[in-house]
Amino acid sequence: MMDVLMSPRCINCHPNDNIPKQSDDSHPHYFGLARGASNLGFQATKCSTCHQTENNNYSGVPGAPEWSLAPDKMKWEGLTRSEIARSMLNKENNGNRNLEELEHHLTEHELVLWAWTPGLDAQGAPRETPPVPLEEYKAAVKEWIEKGALVPED
Amino acid sequence: MKVSFSINGKSQSVEVADENTPLLWVVRDVLDLKGTKFGCGKAACGACTLHVDGQAVRSCSYAVKFAEGKEITTIEGLGNEENPHPVQQAWIEEIVPQCGYCQPGFMMATAALLEKIPNPTDEDIDKNIINVCRCATYYRMRKAIHRAAELSTIANTATETQTS
Repeated sequence: MMDVLMSPRCINCHPNDNIPKQSDDSHPHYFGLARGASNLGFQATKCSTCHQTENNNYSGVPGAPEWSLAPDKMKWEGLTRSEIARSMLNKENNGNRNLEELEHHLTEHELVLWAWTPGLDAQGAPRETPPVPLEEYKAAVKEWIEKGALVPED
Repeated sequence: MKVSFSINGKSQSVEVADENTPLLWVVRDVLDLKGTKFGCGKAACGACTLHVDGQAVRSCSYAVKFAEGKEITTIEGLGNEENPHPVQQAWIEEIVPQCGYCQPGFMMATAALLEKIPNPTDEDIDKNIINVCRCATYYRMRKAIHRAAELSTIANTATETQTS
């Protein structure tokens, strides 16, 4: 599960510096885009200026429902596995989600699931998916929750 | 697939074979509104910027199916020679364009910015106007954006005076 959450498809939108990252090398988003006041970019140039609710394989711009940066309290970039897990379990950071709600978010939210259908990049090549197949990931999350959501060792 | 929307205040329906056709191509090739330009086709340069429900959108990366029921404004609908939008007037006063190709996108992005921030600072401009101009007219554009803000304020004050 942590291998998935630490992959570029997830971490790129959990930055520690309010700057979204792009691609598998996680470079800073071009053109100086940043979090903005509501995680959706700046006032007139927002995520939705370019990103829609699904991938655009003509332009290579990715998209999914509720496309945005993760909230400010969910900065995972640069953290270890245990630090991310602790942050994710902390209701002050995770949107006040209990374990059931956390499992639902991790396995059902469309923006999370987008990671396995990330579309084509600007060069027309398929983006890398997380290193674990979706169903294996879902099973791992379920098992982790069922066994008490223990924080993994680094 | 049939897609219906309003463009520059006029109702319009178009028939498209591919619902993911970029809105840009429908605007230019089907509706023959050539002011909106193709630049990079990757939502990077901003030459294709238009408004969808008042928001700046890169139309090369906007599937036409998403336009269903929306209000679209292109540079042709922003204003005209007799009654230019403050942004267009400012662009004329400051003689902004060089080759001019990218300027409609910049003007649409600026009009969207002034709707959100009527009197933008240089920092607001830097954050929100991120289109690309290969003639590097950025210096004149910055002046024009500030001038457009002045003209908008004057126009709004005049309207308020007339209605009070």
